[in-house]
Amino acid sequence: MDWRRFGFIAFIIAILFGTVVIVGMSQEPPILIIGSMMATTIAVATPLTLGALSGLFCERSGVVNIGIEGMMLAAAFFGWLASIYMSAIFKFPIAPSLIIGVIAAIVSGGLFALLHAVLSITYKVDQIIGGTVINILAVGVTGFLNRQLFFDKSSVFHGEVPHAAGILPIIHLPVKEGITALCGLFGSSDGCLVTANAIGKIFDQKPIAISAVLLVFISHHILFNTRWGLRTRAVGEYPKAADTVGINVIWMRYSNVVIGGCMAGLAGAYFTLESVPSFEPLMTNGRGFIALAALIFGNWTPIGAWAASLVFGASQALQINLQFFRESIPPEWGFFQNAYNVGQIPYILTMLILTGIIGKTTAPAADGQPYEK
Amino acid sequence: MSDENDTVLKASGITKQFPGVLANDQVDFDLRRGEVHALLGENGAGKSTLMNILYGLYKADAGEILVNGVPMHLSSPKDAIKHGIGMVHQHFMLIPVFSVTENIMLGSETAHRKNKTESVFATLDRKEVAKIVSELSNQFGFQIDPEALVGDLPVGVQQRVEIIKALYRNASILILDEPTAVLTPQEAEDLFRIIHELTLKGVSIIFITHKLKEVLSIADRITVMRAGKVVGSVTPAETDEHQLASMMVGRDVILTVEKTTAQPKEDVLKVENLSVRDQRNLETVRDVSFHVRAGEILGIAGVQGNGQTELAEALTGLRKSESGKIWLSGHDLTGNSPRAFTSSGLAHIPEDRQKHGLVMTYTIADNMILCDYYHPPFSIKGVLQQNALDANARKLIANYDVRTPSPYVDAGKLSGGNQQKVIVARELSREVRLVIANQPTRGLDVGSIEYIHKQIILMRDRGVGVLVISAELDEIMSLSDRIAVMYRGEIVTTVDSSAVTREQLGLWMAGIIPEKV
Repeated sequence: MDWRRFGFIAFIIAILFGTVVIVGMSQEPPILIIGSMMATTIAVATPLTLGALSGLFCERSGVVNIGIEGMMLAAAFFGWLASIYMSAIFKFPIAPSLIIGVIAAIVSGGLFALLHAVLSITYKVDQIIGGTVINILAVGVTGFLNRQLFFDKSSVFHGEVPHAAGILPIIHLPVKEGITALCGLFGSSDGCLVTANAIGKIFDQKPIAISAVLLVFISHHILFNTRWGLRTRAVGEYPKAADTVGINVIWMRYSNVVIGGCMAGLAGAYFTLESVPSFEPLMTNGRGFIALAALIFGNWTPIGAWAASLVFGASQALQINLQFFRESIPPEWGFFQNAYNVGQIPYILTMLILTGIIGKTTAPAADGQPYEK
Repeated sequence: MSDENDTVLKASGITKQFPGVLANDQVDFDLRRGEVHALLGENGAGKSTLMNILYGLYKADAGEILVNGVPMHLSSPKDAIKHGIGMVHQHFMLIPVFSVTENIMLGSETAHRKNKTESVFATLDRKEVAKIVSELSNQFGFQIDPEALVGDLPVGVQQRVEIIKALYRNASILILDEPTAVLTPQEAEDLFRIIHELTLKGVSIIFITHKLKEVLSIADRITVMRAGKVVGSVTPAETDEHQLASMMVGRDVILTVEKTTAQPKEDVLKVENLSVRDQRNLETVRDVSFHVRAGEILGIAGVQGNGQTELAEALTGLRKSESGKIWLSGHDLTGNSPRAFTSSGLAHIPEDRQKHGLVMTYTIADNMILCDYYHPPFSIKGVLQQNALDANARKLIANYDVRTPSPYVDAGKLSGGNQQKVIVARELSREVRLVIANQPTRGLDVGSIEYIHKQIILMRDRGVGVLVISAELDEIMSLSDRIAVMYRGEIVTTVDSSAVTREQLGLWMAGIIPEKV
């Protein structure tokens, strides 16, 4: 990851944050706005971060995965289905229902990835087509089951969407309290307390968002400092070379694609078990593809991909936070008056970034090539 | 140094069938401790198949392999490595974006530790392995930086990394597959010294090659393969180049090209201060000037990747030149299209015959009119004339000895030698004044090489100017009337071929520049 790329990312995020700060300054202290922007950014970047990590494991081992979107959608559905099944049919309490839901999401992401692995590794189907199959299959299966289960009177749910188990709660770390206590040592000035409040907000995240950030650093360690990572990268760069030193190329690729699928599954769980307690057809809304863009922009590194995910997250956070200050948007900022316009920013950014304005990225050399002896 | 009781590896009755080819047919091969056993044969003779079987990459259909008297069951290279077999492949099995250390430890990350069974998610010991790499490399005077990225190293050094990779795995049997193909003569000398040191330390070496000279200088024993079978085993003392060549080809071969003194006339190609950039925008041809006269052969010698490819592309109109001028028979063709070049009398035998010489999915007949399809007799009012096309193909197939069942076979189905003959037939049968032949015999068998060399000399004797670009010193030496040496994009010297030795050329190719006379 070169510094120019990080610089560009920091620049875009600064612009996005700055916009909200300027608009909201009259109502809230800037530091607080920045704090809540950061909190929202990290939270909404979660599916992108996990999606990018999903693509990372697949592509670093040499399998192109454009099916992240489909894997997420399927996982969002099956995770949610499992959790309401537990709570509505088996009358489980909320917490175990949600946990089972998350596990089901991870497993279904893994299974869809296994299908992709069979197609692209064993049957050597063109990997773009394989990924497209996953995407179409996920839309079809989730749409069909959604109709059958929740709109058909003869289903186990009697044609109604049951009351959901709820969503994963915020895990409150006592960061704010800690800083507040520190402020006390210096006379508890207003500025210090507001800062404590702002920083506290950033750390108030839900479990999948926290896992996503941890997984970024865990993935970095695995990929660059462990035997597994060395072999994974070798298989993605030059599988023949890996084969000649006794590495099982097929097994490495299968494992990494399934690991990637599980990451996409966790990303799917974010939609229905952490963000909102419901499932809508097509609710992943292109996040899987934006995640892929983040992966490429991050030059196939976990930290780079996370940074890029945060750019997209920040543009979504802009949309969300601007709503709080709607009436303060200056009349001459026509573009920002319209919520639809603001909602387009992540997609516009994706296109801009993928045109390659910020230097060339290098994919793993054997990315997308089936291995034949 | 070695005696028969000291056999470390014995393969007997190895048979391997590929669809349509019996690649190995009852092959017997043995290797003694500390010897260099050369395996000689043409492309497709089955050498690489045999080695890939010994290394566990392919599974033999029949046969037995004993290592130190113990039968070996190979299902993957892992098993071969366990038995102390290492292999340096012709195309290096190194990952360019990995460091030397990472490449060496890959697959045997914990070989240096006592506890080898730890988790795959344990942290890599890069420092420890780097230390071992340094020790091994100093032992042989390699001076390799363990932290360097392999992609940044010259090929000669990469080869040493491959050797260390095998030694790190405690290889006592080392298979070297065409190790000198990518080296300058000096680098090859160094390699031979390293091989000698390795044998002194008890390492046994299988040396695969099709080069006769080096076999005689380095091998203790020579086994020759042809068409999947072992033809015979000899020692260098009891044989010579001529006999080895006959064993390889199965008939008598004329190794030295017979030619009379050149009768050069006017310039057909004149190049002045030509500079060319490659696709990475690096200036790979720098301020080059030379000329080729009618009735002579100018050879351009040089290690691959010193600008020859870009030079040939510029001289045939395939690549825009940065600056400088190109005259073909007196016409300034600088910046013109490839068709302008061909229609001014240029014949081009390209470096990569499958990519740039032929359309692999077209028939031989179609391939033979690629330069002339657009005008009569092949095309009248935009319609291809099948009769003319057919007659042309049959004539050329007969005249140029292309071995094919019919003119309507796809070019991709022919052997390399026959593919090259199709290109030669198409190019040389036209009205030409200049032939540019880039690596005209690369990868061909001795028989085809002989044929192509004859055709090139025939063109010269008809008064055509010929430019031969080749990385094979022998080819340059035997064909050329004058020799230009290219190094780092510049022509460092041009000499009369009778006034230079192989050794001198080798030095110049390595950039040791002669004093300007």
